[in-house]
Amino acid sequence: MPTDVASGKRPLLSMRGIEKRFGALRANASVDLELSSGEVLGLLGENGAGKTTLMNVLFGMYSADAGSIEIDGRPMNIARPADALDAGVGMVHQHFHLVPRHSVLENLMVGEPGRGLKLDAESALVRLREIASRYGLELDPETLVGDLTVGEQQRLEIVKALFRGARILILDEPTSVLTPQQTESLFRAIRAMATDGVGIIFISHKLNEVIAITDRLAVMRRGRVVAQVENDATLTRQKLAELMCGHPILPPEKRPTESGRTLLKLAGIDVELGPDHRRKLSEVTLDVHAGEIVGVAGVSGNGQRELAEVVAGVISPSHGAIEVDGQAVHASTPRGMQRLGVAHIPEDRMGAGLLTTLPLTDSVMLPLAHKSPFSRFGWINRKAVRKFVLEQIEKFDIRTEGPDVRTGTLSGGNLQKALLARELALDPLVLVAAQPTRGLDVAAVEFVHAQFLKLRAEGRGVLLISEDLEELFAISDRIVVMYEGRIVGDLDASVTTPAEVGLLMAGAKAA
Amino acid sequence: MSDIFEQIFQIGFFTAMVRVATPLLLATLGEMFSERSGVLNLGIEGIMLLAAMTGFSAGYFSGSLWLGIVVAAMTGIVFGALMGLLTVTLGLSQHVSGLGVTLLCSGLAFFGYRLVFGQPSQPPNVAAFESAPVPLLSELPVLGPILFDHVTLVYLAFLLVPVAAFVLYRTPWGLNLRTVGENPHAAASAGVSVAWKRYQALMISGALFGIGGAYFSLAQFNAFTFGVISGRGWVCIALVVLGRWDPWRCAFAALLFGAVDALQLRLQSSGVIDLPFQVFLLLPFLITVVAMALVARNARAPAALLLPYRKEER
Repeated sequence: MPTDVASGKRPLLSMRGIEKRFGALRANASVDLELSSGEVLGLLGENGAGKTTLMNVLFGMYSADAGSIEIDGRPMNIARPADALDAGVGMVHQHFHLVPRHSVLENLMVGEPGRGLKLDAESALVRLREIASRYGLELDPETLVGDLTVGEQQRLEIVKALFRGARILILDEPTSVLTPQQTESLFRAIRAMATDGVGIIFISHKLNEVIAITDRLAVMRRGRVVAQVENDATLTRQKLAELMCGHPILPPEKRPTESGRTLLKLAGIDVELGPDHRRKLSEVTLDVHAGEIVGVAGVSGNGQRELAEVVAGVISPSHGAIEVDGQAVHASTPRGMQRLGVAHIPEDRMGAGLLTTLPLTDSVMLPLAHKSPFSRFGWINRKAVRKFVLEQIEKFDIRTEGPDVRTGTLSGGNLQKALLARELALDPLVLVAAQPTRGLDVAAVEFVHAQFLKLRAEGRGVLLISEDLEELFAISDRIVVMYEGRIVGDLDASVTTPAEVGLLMAGAKAA
Repeated sequence: MSDIFEQIFQIGFFTAMVRVATPLLLATLGEMFSERSGVLNLGIEGIMLLAAMTGFSAGYFSGSLWLGIVVAAMTGIVFGALMGLLTVTLGLSQHVSGLGVTLLCSGLAFFGYRLVFGQPSQPPNVAAFESAPVPLLSELPVLGPILFDHVTLVYLAFLLVPVAAFVLYRTPWGLNLRTVGENPHAAASAGVSVAWKRYQALMISGALFGIGGAYFSLAQFNAFTFGVISGRGWVCIALVVLGRWDPWRCAFAALLFGAVDALQLRLQSSGVIDLPFQVFLLLPFLITVVAMALVARNARAPAALLLPYRKEER
């Protein structure tokens, strides 16, 4: 052992031969993973590759079927999250594990012993201040978590882990909800923690960010670690994507198109919702032309959902006018907008999009059921529906056991393909897609983007609402930025920069 | 008219208010703990009835009323744990489980009573708890008889309010409990066992339901009858909402119900208003519903209430 220490080679964390099965599925197949003190390790892989399973094993959410975990060379038995916390493992989940109604300090003290009978707020405060000043993670202890911004909530999650003495920090897709500026400040904190000797496992789909922040990368595929590479100058996005999928990925080609007539026109749209008439959209004016992809950027909750729902006819604006292909829309309904040629991919694909508990056929035929040949005189023609769904499964390469499986059993990428197939079958003039690639892996994302670009090439319009700037810059022609229900910027995607968009997203006034 | 007011709002009225509110306060605090952990315990009505029976039987045969209280609390703990088995371990619908537990407990109460006492023409009774005036304090004018001249259970119930508030807001146990009820995932990832916490809350709620139930058969009346609870358990579900899941406000809600109940008794016996007595009996329930409709519109239940917790599964 002394020789190990002398050479500095003893890893902080060493996972050996981790096995985890779910029924017939081998989610982790004898996985080995090492992490050194002060190292930032990127963990990459498509959905279902086993990253999250592996991290849940490390954090004690699952117990492994076989394999061993050593921390600082000591074998650890991690059966519950409490064991992981004691062993110095902290995890920041993709979906925050916070209580909005409690204060910052209360969220920190959960699971902590008190002093005597009482909560030990004094010493918690001292430790919070210490962590804050050390890593630049400032938070007001008395603020209710529900009043924090998303970036601050994430800061709190990291502070929570450090508060519990984490020396190994797992960050699961930490940047998916952040603006570029917030991401930059997260990266500063990560670097500060690494300098301090914390080992960090960084899980992300955003390859540019992975390349920017990590020292080393482990790539998982089908439950195995298939590659471990140093993050040096030779590493490219392309190579990483290839390692993840096991085959080369060609980025979709974006051919120049002439943008034509106005397909969708919103003028001065206001939306007020709820019993207290909260204003969700204010004077939103927006055009989508033929052959154009308009990206909508913004931090989640700044009116994007309402924008999509207004265009799809799910909610009606309280003021303002909508035109589709020159036709004024009066009382808008989902069916009415559909008739005019608007298709909609809702943000919540499991809830508002598909019928998770019913067969795939029913999910796919839902908006088509009233049309010939799928129904006649109010009777559904099952044969025609089945034939259609089988065709779509073939055409969109939807991985499923068949058209009759419960919709909810499909993976996220395949669900999205099914939804896309259905909406494209409506032969839309304009497609409104809200967060269409959230949670999808590289291959599925490329597929979805290719479909959008195909629509664009055919002279149709796409309104793409996304929190992922990389995506917006990859395929949009124009990018509009939403902030507090207003459009605060309308930018040419080939001219603007992520930094400019990020500033607008954060509420800086349009130049 | 002023005569009626004088007749009604005497010191005796306020004393009655406190007395009537006591069992409701116990059960309301119990329900509050359970709901704070994220479980709606609709077993309340049945558990109160069954514990009123078991507590009474134990008191009757042992001659010790306090033993009766202990047995009632134990009864509640057992069926609170059953609620836990159904809603936490098995993750079944909280509504259905709770109603099931109430039906089961009611059935057991009737069955058990017949088994033990048969069908007596005269229901057996015990010498109920006697008033235990607090030395000195009970001598105070006005406040003395209202607050300090009651059976011991009344003092214990009201002392429980600050204790519950302290536990809920100032101890790690309480913070963990609230977190489990708001976001069980947050609690689990901080190393708190969600299931165990919910079991604890359900057993505490059961114990308090039990003591509340036994208060009726051992302190308020001195016998067990099949209508001894008659909907007062259900009322507590509303009182928790009216009390916005806060011990102090819950105490206020229970006192409000107690006041209206005491009022209707006096209106009935005064005979001034000539209405069928059922109308008066209805009054406290009606007022509770109205008060809830007015006050509770902005009340926000614990965010994870009614949601079974499952570890993140794939």
